[in-house]
Order: sequence, then C-alpha cells, then structure tokens
Amino acid sequence: MNRIIYKERLSQDVFMMRIHAPLIAGERQAGQFIILQTDDDLGERIPLTIADADTNEGSITIIFQVVGKTTKELSAFNVGDELPALVGPLGKPTHIKNYGRVVCVCGGIGVAPMHPIAQAFKKAGNHVTIIAGARTKELLILENEMASIADEFIICTDDGSYGRKALVTQPLKELCEQDPKPDLVIAIGPPVMMKFCAETTRPFKVYTQVSLNTIMVDGTGMCGGCRVNVGNEVKFVCVDGPEFDGHLVDFDNMITRLNAYRDIERTHYKCFVEKSFNSQPQTQLV
Amino acid sequence: MSHKSAAAIQEEAVCLLNELNGGKAVLKVKERQKIPAQDMPVQDPEERSHNMQEVALGYSYEQARVEAMRCLQCAKKNCMEGCPVKIDIPRFIAHIAKGEIDKAVAAIKETSLLPAVCGRVCPQEKQCQLHCVLGKSLKDIGSSVGIGRLERFVADWERTNNTIAIPEVKPFTGKKVAVVGSGPAGLVVAADCRREGHHVTLFEAFHKLGGVLRYGIPEFRLPNEIIDKEIDTLTAMGVEIKTNFVVGRTRKLTDLIDKDGYDAVFVGTGAGLPIFMGIEGENLVGVFSANEYLTRINLMKGFDRNAETPVYPTTHTVVLGAGNVAMDAARMAKRMGAEKVTVVYRRTEHEMPARKEEILHAKEEGIEFMLLCNAKRILGNERSAVNAIECLRYELGEPDHSGRRSPVAVPGSEFVLEADAVIVAVGNGSNPLISHTTPQLDVNKKGNIRVDQHQQTSMQKIFAGGDIVLGAATVILAMGEGRRAAASINTMLSATESQS
Repeated sequence: MNRIIYKERLSQDVFMMRIHAPLIAGERQAGQFIILQTDDDLGERIPLTIADADTNEGSITIIFQVVGKTTKELSAFNVGDELPALVGPLGKPTHIKNYGRVVCVCGGIGVAPMHPIAQAFKKAGNHVTIIAGARTKELLILENEMASIADEFIICTDDGSYGRKALVTQPLKELCEQDPKPDLVIAIGPPVMMKFCAETTRPFKVYTQVSLNTIMVDGTGMCGGCRVNVGNEVKFVCVDGPEFDGHLVDFDNMITRLNAYRDIERTHYKCFVEKSFNSQPQTQLV
Repeated sequence: MSHKSAAAIQEEAVCLLNELNGGKAVLKVKERQKIPAQDMPVQDPEERSHNMQEVALGYSYEQARVEAMRCLQCAKKNCMEGCPVKIDIPRFIAHIAKGEIDKAVAAIKETSLLPAVCGRVCPQEKQCQLHCVLGKSLKDIGSSVGIGRLERFVADWERTNNTIAIPEVKPFTGKKVAVVGSGPAGLVVAADCRREGHHVTLFEAFHKLGGVLRYGIPEFRLPNEIIDKEIDTLTAMGVEIKTNFVVGRTRKLTDLIDKDGYDAVFVGTGAGLPIFMGIEGENLVGVFSANEYLTRINLMKGFDRNAETPVYPTTHTVVLGAGNVAMDAARMAKRMGAEKVTVVYRRTEHEMPARKEEILHAKEEGIEFMLLCNAKRILGNERSAVNAIECLRYELGEPDHSGRRSPVAVPGSEFVLEADAVIVAVGNGSNPLISHTTPQLDVNKKGNIRVDQHQQTSMQKIFAGGDIVLGAATVILAMGEGRRAAASINTMLSATESQS
C-alpha cells in the first residue's frame, strides 16, 4: 500500500513523488488534497495537495518542500518504500467550467497544486494565463508542464535570474488593467502572496479564488483546527475548502494561526536534523 | 480532600468478605442493606494529575464480591430497564457474589459487546443505577449497587486472565457488509454481522480504530489497551479492516454497493463537527475545539515526548462547557502542564451534563469551576494569542424545554479572567461528510441521518446509528443503535439469502 514508484528532486528542498494509490487516483479531482504520515504511531498528519494523478498507473503525484521534520523524513523515503498512512482525496474539488479568461497565479511550491487546476481549466475551454513566481531560477518547478498548458506563460523571479524580475502581483495587475480583464483569477502559494494577489485584483473586482493550506489534524471536519474567517463566517478549510473567495478571506488571522506552533516545530526540526547529522559520522565509521 | 489508598480499601474488603462468611451465608435484605458500598480505589489526585494512567483502579476480587452481595436480587429487575442494551444485571451480579466470575462474563456478553468500555464510561447514575431498589431504599442514588464498577471488574478479569473468548462465527454466507466508522456503534455492528457469517469490512478515516473511544476519551479514563483488545477480537473473528479510508471521499457510499458488491452498509460516522460559540476572538491562537485538543493528545499521542503532533503549551486554560468532554479536556490540560484550569459554565453544578464521578474527579485534581458565568469574548495580545477571556455573570430563570432552568445574563456583570488558552467544549454537530457526498440520503435540519425503528435510512441497504443519528449522545446508546442496526441487517440478508 502507498508504495513510492518514482522520486525526483526538483530543486534543493523540493521533491516530487509518484505514489501507488489507485483509489485516490481514481476519485481525485483538481483542487483536492491528501493527508499523509511518515510514521503512523507517533508521526503528525500533514496535508499536501495532489499535483497530478495517473489512473492507468493507479498513482498520484505529490510535490513537497522540506520545511520541517515530517517533510524532511518524507524526503528520505525512496522508490519501493511504502508510506505508513495516506488518506484522501480530501476537500472540495475546484469548480471547473468555462469562465473565459482565467489567470493562474502560483508562487514557489504553489505551482504543484496549480498544475491539475490549470490543466482542468484548459480542458474546459478557458484561455489560461499562468504566472509562476520563484525566488530564483533554480527554485522554479514544473516549468515545462506548465508551459505546455498555458496560452500565455509569465515567469517572475525575485532576483531577476529568470523571466521578469518582479513579484507575481505586477503582471497580475497589468492583466487586470487590460481589456478584456480576466474572468477569474486563482492564486496558490505562500499566504502572503495570496493575500497580495487578492489585494491586487480587489479594485478591479475580478473574482479571485485562493487555495488555503492551514494547520489540520484529521482533515474531515472533526477538529476545527483549520478554521478561517471568510467574510462574516467561520469556515473549515478541510471540508468547506480548500478554495475560497480571496477577497473575503481574513489572511492576517490565517497567517497568525499558521504560526501557532512555529517555535515547537522549529525545535523538533532542529533536534531531528542534529540527531541525523550526529549519527552520520558514526555509520561511516562502521 | 483525604485520599483513601487502594491498600486500605482492599484491607477492609477482605475483612468484610470474611465477616460475610466468604459469601456462603444467605443474606437477608436488611443485612445486604447494611453492607457498606465499596469505594472505587483511585490514584492519588495530586499524583494522577501529572500522569496519563487510569484514574480509577478498579475493584479487587474481594471488593467486587462484597459489592455484589449488596444487590437485593429483586424479582422485578428495575435496573435492567435503565440499561440501553438490557444486560441481565441481577444475574451477572449474583455470579460475582458467588465468585463465579466466568459465568458473570458470559451473562454480560449475551447482550453487551464492550463491557470493559461501558463499565468505565456509561453514565450509570442516569441509567441502571438510577433504578436500583437498594439505592432507593437507602434514599441515595450514590448508594445504589455499583453496577458499572462490577461490569468493569468482570471485563477486566476476563482480559487480564486472557480468557477473552472469540465469539463463534457462522459459516460464510457469501454476503458482504460495510461498516463505516469504527466508533462504538461500528464496532458492535461489525461483531454482530460477522457472527452471522457475513464478510465484514470496517472502514475508518483515521489511521487507528476506535473513533471517539480513541481520539476523544482520554487514556486516564479509558486506556487504549482496552480498545486494542476489542479490536484484536474483531480481527480474530475475521473482520477486514481498512484504515485511512474516508467513505464519501476515497469511495462514494453508493459505490460500496454498486461497484464493490457490498450487500449492506452501516453508517456510524459520529458527531464529529465541533460547535463553536460564535463569539469575538474565537479564532485567536490558543483557542481550540475540545475535539482538536483531545485528538492531538489522545490519537496523536501529544502526551508522548517523541510524538510529532505539537500541543499548545499553556499555564491557565479555560474550558467552556461542562459535559463529559469538557471534564476530559480540563483534566487533560492539567496533565499537560497547565498550572491552573478553570471550567466556565453558565448554569450551576446541578445542571452540569457531565457524569457526577467525572466532576468529582476534576475537583479532586484541582480543576476550578466558575459557575453561572459565560464567555462573552476572548481577548488577545499583539501577536493575536489569547491572553484573557471576558465573561458575563448569569442567574437561573424559568425552566426551558429541557426542563433545566435557563440561564439569564446579568447586564453589566462583565469581568475579565486572564488565560492563555481556551478550549471550547459546548457540543458537537453531525459530521456532514457523508451527507454532502451522498445527497440522496435523507437528513434532518441538524444534519443527522433519519432512520426508521430498524435503523434503516431513506436509502435501500443503507443503515445508520450512533451519534450521526442521535446527535452527540453516549457510547452505550450508540452501541444500542448498532445492535439494532446489525439485527436489521442480519434479518435483511438472511431473507435475501433464502430467496436466492
């Protein structure tokens, strides 16, 4: 169960894996996510968006960045290994239809969850513009895959090492100023990026959807840890989302809540890395 | 509060049993009435509020026999009327009095599948023990026969002596039953349907089985080992288990029947949807639903230093609500290192929905109660983390539809309580996952699945029971529903069998 059939390092800290999970591959739709554990006794449950699926192979693709202990451990899994726990697909799928002109804005690792969504919008007949942002050229992932979907493909890097030297909000603003302006903007990436995408499109009244990745435990609506303020309502990202109207999401509250365990997580990660580092020379001695 | 040690309690019980001639004497009603009720030995409150081990230690053999001799063996078994699964209470207790523990086990197991669980978590004082004639004759429900404690003793005796019998399973019928959710209702359905010879698959969304028994009820009240044993029994009976499987998402409910060949489905997905108060500040960092707080610690093992799931560190935790879940959360917060834990409840102790014993245990452990108060808003610091809670004082007014006097806010009575965490434990709604992904299924306004008296839903071959039908209720009521659903499923399947 959950055997890893392919693994690739996309950049320094970003990995792609194809995992044998035929039931999830068969049911998943664009926008949905999975929860996995690297240890089903003491491990934590982390949500990751499904980047792709292959029903023939019965596999799903995940792309993740090493940010903490569990993602670090996950990156050490190899082809042939099995994940102890994998559950999904969770969340509501993206509402796909022909809106007309759709702009997909993705930042950093957010390119991964955007991939199936952009694919689905294209398939539904939309004119798809993809804006992909990264800190530097080396960190840009899935360039070819995204280029093959996009009618228009705009790459931005913070340092100007590739594409435009700009934040993703800059071309987004230009697109909103054009006539016709986009019918739908969908933004996926770091919370701050999504927040500013929403702020960019707000004056133009362009409907902007964002895909949130909050702290979750169960992912089935049971714990409420993932709750966010959307307009005047409290919504659960795992069952009501993960996609919401970006103009209504209270990003500041969401960002604060995301950082609730930052100190504890850093300590866990530090201990883990130090432990692995210390144990390495010993194994070499043997 | 003075704490009586288990050894002292045991010493007294041994003397008593001797005085009672080792249980051989035929006792008159008056003599039975005079036998002192046996206290449950418990861990020292100060000690236990820092560990995760079970609080109640359970009766010794001698204690159980002495307690069993208190039973008047009434001809009209009123206590049974209070039991949702109708255990023959006087009969199993008579066996204990005689020292025939194995026979007591058999008597309970005729109707109850999980006595080790029920003996620990049932609200006996509102069920069997409420009707106990001994308690009535002594004019004190607290002096009723300790039926729950005896039930627990019998189940623990069976487990520790490794005499758990694997129930007999009839030859395979060729029929398949899917059980969705492995909480108390699901466990019962799985066992009852498997016994009839059907292939049973138990689906669970989490990576571990047990539902609320696992993620909700803490180790100090219901050790995981007990749940594990019950599940071992199911596995030994040949029940197929599929964890990490969300029916509705991983597979649609209807696909289980249409594509996977299941002949019947039981939905027991529970009341897993935390209700929040809807007050200002509820999304601050440090505010949790009791579900989240308890799941992090119970299921995800937050109490274990090696576990990865972080638990928010607190010094003063405020718990809103006063049901069993609120007591669990409050006592857990204490064990996780909170220096002070305060339960805020808008009525009085008399109206608290929690079991008396849990309230008593909480008090012994130093949990503070602020009654006739309710949260008005939660306040935060510059980092949006909880630093206080503003409360309003209440007084009791006229009785409401539930018969409880309804609390009325006292205008202008606001006061601020410093706190760095708030746990909201004001109840659970029904989890909408199945109903959202199965729109054909008839649910009521609250999202609870509608069933008939046979637990049959509006859809053919699909049955439901437990909290997803009842709303947040008790373990034993869920088991009762499971029993009924399994009987209906078995009847339906045997009818189709004879047709084919």
